[in-house]
Amino acid sequence: MSREGAGRHGRGGRDDDGSRERSMVPKATFRSYYGRPVLKPPVWEWKVPAYLFTGGLSAGSALLAAGADLTRRPELARAGRIGGFGALLVSTYLLVADLGRPERFHHMLRVAKPSSPMSMGTWILVAYGPGSALAAAAELLPAGVRASLPGRLLRMAARPAGLSAALLAPGLASYTAVLLSQTAVPAWHDARRELPFVFTGSAAASGAGLGMLLAPVAEAGPARRLGVVGAAAELVASRLVDRRPGLVTEAYTTGRPHRLRQASEYLTLGGALTALTLARRSRAAAAAGGLALLAGSVLQRFGTFEAGVVSTKDPAYVVKPQRERLAARAEGGG
Amino acid sequence: MTQDNSFYGPLSDPAGNAGHTDHPPRVGFFTDTSVCIGCKACEVACKEWNAIPEDGIDLLGMSFDNTGMLGASSWRHVAFVEQQRPLGRQDAGLADLPVGPSSTQETAEVVADALEVAKRGGGDLGTAPVDLGFPSFDLPGAGTGAEARTEFRWLMSSDVCKHCTHAGCLDVCPTGALFRTEFGTVVVQPDICNGCGYCVSGCPYGVIDRRPDDGRAWKCTMCYDRLRDGMEPACAKACPTDSIQYGPLDELRERADRRLAQLHEAGVTEAQLYGRDPDDGVGGDGAFFLLLDDPEVYGFPPDPVVPTRDLMSMWKHAGVAASALLAASAAVFLGGARR
Ligand code: SF4
Ligand code: SF4
Repeated sequence: MSREGAGRHGRGGRDDDGSRERSMVPKATFRSYYGRPVLKPPVWEWKVPAYLFTGGLSAGSALLAAGADLTRRPELARAGRIGGFGALLVSTYLLVADLGRPERFHHMLRVAKPSSPMSMGTWILVAYGPGSALAAAAELLPAGVRASLPGRLLRMAARPAGLSAALLAPGLASYTAVLLSQTAVPAWHDARRELPFVFTGSAAASGAGLGMLLAPVAEAGPARRLGVVGAAAELVASRLVDRRPGLVTEAYTTGRPHRLRQASEYLTLGGALTALTLARRSRAAAAAGGLALLAGSVLQRFGTFEAGVVSTKDPAYVVKPQRERLAARAEGGG
Repeated sequence: MTQDNSFYGPLSDPAGNAGHTDHPPRVGFFTDTSVCIGCKACEVACKEWNAIPEDGIDLLGMSFDNTGMLGASSWRHVAFVEQQRPLGRQDAGLADLPVGPSSTQETAEVVADALEVAKRGGGDLGTAPVDLGFPSFDLPGAGTGAEARTEFRWLMSSDVCKHCTHAGCLDVCPTGALFRTEFGTVVVQPDICNGCGYCVSGCPYGVIDRRPDDGRAWKCTMCYDRLRDGMEPACAKACPTDSIQYGPLDELRERADRRLAQLHEAGVTEAQLYGRDPDDGVGGDGAFFLLLDDPEVYGFPPDPVVPTRDLMSMWKHAGVAASALLAASAAVFLGGARR
């Protein structure tokens, strides 16, 4: 409910309407109830955007790990499997802790509801979890147990487990976009066509970033390439979000969300450029590039999240576009 | 298209669509704000009947509205709008002003101007800046003719959950805590809700909210318990002017149409129905309104749409993005098999 926003969108009315003269041009003001928000701001706090990042990171890592496993890149596979599962554990914590009643988290499992992306996401996670866990467990086996029968069985199960996680990973990386868009929050709902690409791109870039950070340069070729591809997708899609016509885009292109997403853009771009160049030779450069990609992904998620929150707090984002829609419909004779 | 139809568009029988067989007719509220006197009996009755906790006792400076908005612990909310309206064919040029702050400013200016000519400049406690004309035995305004009326008018409206035909809150709830009752209303089950908060962002009207100390989501139940016992909801029962009318939705819609025609005939051309139309973005509201100004003036969204309308398209876009991710992840390994 920033004052700045109030002036910009003409909520106050007095500033831009100080005179009582009747003006010839209709004012681009809008009416509201004491400037109160029409919508409720999301009750979600930092844990949800943090989960958007860790969930995407887990998915990107699982994909890289499966490919690395199939093409005999043991270090890259190990980084992806352990990193992917670690990110999944953090995700689970964030998701449960964000509930108003964490002890009731299992109520999510009472139903499978196609109209609720959160329900669909829960089941994607349930299906994804075991594969991710098994593959990571095989990597974490103490040397003494590896040769034993259970140890050998686990290591045999690791590849199919990792592949199952990799097959579900794209779902995990993309459903969160639908989760945000399937709301009345103007900035999220309006960006519904672009967000899946922002989020899968960001997931790929972060998974790749982790691979570049943890795996030796010789094995990390696919991570570098995935980093470049993911970063490109994320950058292009998020530029498309910024170029959408209409007032709601301002939620992305102004204020704190804009600053977060701009920082994300620089980091992601820097990470991708490093992956294309220095990271092919220097482990230190690869680690720096990987960190940049990871940080870029974090900031992208927080920026997108906050743009949505901002768009619920200023009634202009609700009233103006809806008024314009009604006016267009009236003009169209409908 | 039947699939689409249960997410968006007109739907004649939401309860049947949700799986209820042999159910009673869909019921709702018709709130005729033209007869609301702003007594807040509905707010009180709702709090009392549903044992809703206190949620802040504040003076908000928004006319007589000290509730502010609907929320987890305010399931009825009476809005007060103070307006300057042109009289007859005069035009004071105020029509473009936003309602709230500017009229408050007007009021403040009137008071400030009047204070200058009041006794001792209004310096005495209890000095009234203007003679309000009471106590008196006459009706207000009875001593003078219509020419003495001011340009001022008050709009009052009791807001409530709309019990949408396509309810965004219900669609997104991942636990099944929100459900469609046999009456066609939308209710949260407090023993199921785990406070995920999704419904709060799913509602295009900003109705449902999470109670901070309790962690669960709450909103109007249309007194589900009373309905099951054949009684009308507490707010409708308490409303002294029948501004809040409860009944089968079909009947209410007919009644609202008649009332609208009556008002238009009487020259109240600004009267409009809000949420009555089954073709609107939420398939029509179970609780709809007769308003005397544009919806946003009362804090309503002018053209709400249930987010679920775009569900299929959103999943398709996500599907394309997911496939692209899978393909890219495979391609980066094929690309340079050596390193
Ligand atoms: S979407 Fe909002 S207005 Fe509609 S039933 Fe749910 S809480 Fe009520
Ligand atoms: S907060 Fe409760 S009622 Fe709302 S969507 Fe989550 S589980 Fe359902």
